[in-house]
Amino acid sequence: MSLVSIRDVRKSFGELEVLKGVSLEVARGDVVAIIGRSGSGKSTLLRCINGLETFHSGSITVDGMEVGGGKTDLRTLRRHVGMVFQQFNLFPHLTAAQNVMLAPTVVTKAQKGEARHIAETLLAKVGLAGKFDAYPSQLSGGQQQRVAIARALAMRPAVLLCDEITSALDPELVSEVLRVVEQLAAEGMTLILVTHEMRFAREVGTKLIFMHQGRVHEQGPPKTLFAAPNTPELAQFVGSLH
Amino acid sequence: MSDFTFSVILSNLLWATRWTILLSLIAFVSGGLVGLAILFARVSKNRALRLLTSFYIEFFQGTPLLMQLFLFFFGVALFGVEVSPWAAAWLALTFWTSAFLSEIWRGCVEAIPRGQWEASGSLALNYIEQMRYVILPQALRIAIAPTVGFSVQIIKGTALASIIGFVELTKAGTMLNNATFRPFLVYSLVALIYFCLCFPLSWYSKRLEGRLNVAR
Repeated sequence: MSLVSIRDVRKSFGELEVLKGVSLEVARGDVVAIIGRSGSGKSTLLRCINGLETFHSGSITVDGMEVGGGKTDLRTLRRHVGMVFQQFNLFPHLTAAQNVMLAPTVVTKAQKGEARHIAETLLAKVGLAGKFDAYPSQLSGGQQQRVAIARALAMRPAVLLCDEITSALDPELVSEVLRVVEQLAAEGMTLILVTHEMRFAREVGTKLIFMHQGRVHEQGPPKTLFAAPNTPELAQFVGSLH
Repeated sequence: MSDFTFSVILSNLLWATRWTILLSLIAFVSGGLVGLAILFARVSKNRALRLLTSFYIEFFQGTPLLMQLFLFFFGVALFGVEVSPWAAAWLALTFWTSAFLSEIWRGCVEAIPRGQWEASGSLALNYIEQMRYVILPQALRIAIAPTVGFSVQIIKGTALASIIGFVELTKAGTMLNNATFRPFLVYSLVALIYFCLCFPLSWYSKRLEGRLNVAR
C-alpha cells in the first residue's frame, strides 16, 4: 500500500491553475525526486502534502490519513510528515538543540532528559554534535540546514518533505547537506524532494517525477528517464542543464 | 493665602502623583493582558474573530478617551450600577490601552517572517503553541521599545480621569488652583511632574530602539 497517495489534485491561485490534476503514489522507503521548471507546481504540490497549502479537488492521503477537506486533524498529520525548507526557517531565538527539542517537548510532552537525548542523537546524526548550544546565527548555511533536518526528524515522521533544500546554499555547502539526505535514504526513510540537483536525483532517487505545466509529465526510474526521456519536454529540460 | 506655601503646594501635588502612577500601572498591566488576548484573536485564522477585534480596536482608537471615560462613568450608571471614578477610569483606560497595545503588537507579530509560522506549523505546533514558543519571543524583542513609548501616552491619558472626579495629579492641581489662585505656579508644577514621569520612559524607549538597530 502506498504511504502517500495523491489523486487528481487540482489547485488554483486566483485565475491561475497551478496543479491540473496531479496523481502520484509513494511507497514506504521510496526516494521521490520531483524536478521541473520553476512555476511547474513542484513546491505547491509538496506543500499540499502537509497542509501548508490547500487544494480544491482531488485527494491526498498520508499513512491512511486524509489531507484537506476540513476534517483533517492537521496536528496528527504533521506528526507524520516532516518538512525541510529552502530558507531553513530555524527559530533564531533558540539554540540548535532547542530547535530540535521544541516539537518533542511541546507536542508530544517528552520529558527534559528524553528530549535532550533526541536532540543529542539527531544532531550527532547530521554531524553537528559539537553545535548543541550554538544559535542559528553562529552556524553556516549548510549547518543550519542540517539542524533543520534534525528538527524535522525529531517527531519521527513517516515521510520527509524537502523543498529545494540546497537552493539557498553556497555551492561548497551543498554536498554536506546532500550527504545527510543520502544517509537517510540509505536507512530506508521515505523522502519526497523537490530538487535541482540532477545528479543527486539520479544517484539516490528511486523514482523521478518530471512536472510540467501543473501536471506529472513523466515518471519512472531516474536512471532510465535521464538516459532516455520519453517526451521532448523532459529531454529539453535535462538538456538545458548540461 | 499664606497657608499655601510653595512647599505645601508641591507636597500636595506629589502626594496626588501616586494615584497617577498607580492608575497608570494598573491600566498598563490590565490593558496589556486584555491587549494580549485581543492580539491572539486579531492575528488568528478565524475571520469572525479578526473582524470582531478589528471593530473593537477601531472603536477604542477612533473615539476620544474622554468620551470612553464618560461612557463608563455615566453610561453604566444608567443600568443602575454605581460606578466609582476609580472603576470607571480603570475600565476605560484598560480598554483604551488594550486597543493600542494590541495594534502595536500586531505590527511586531506581522514583522516575523512567514517561514517561522510554516516551520513551526509543520512541526505540528498548534496556533497557541506557535505564538507562545516561536512568534511572540521574537516579536517581543521588537515590541519593547514602542510599548515603553506608549506607556507615556497612558500616563498622560490618566489626566483625563480628573474630569470624572478621580483625584490624581491634574485634579489635585485644579483643586489647589481653586484654593490658591496661582494657576501658573500650580500648573507649571503639574506639568513638571508629568514631564519627570514621562521623560525617563521616552528616553529609555529611544535607547532601546537604538540598541535594536545596532543589533541588526
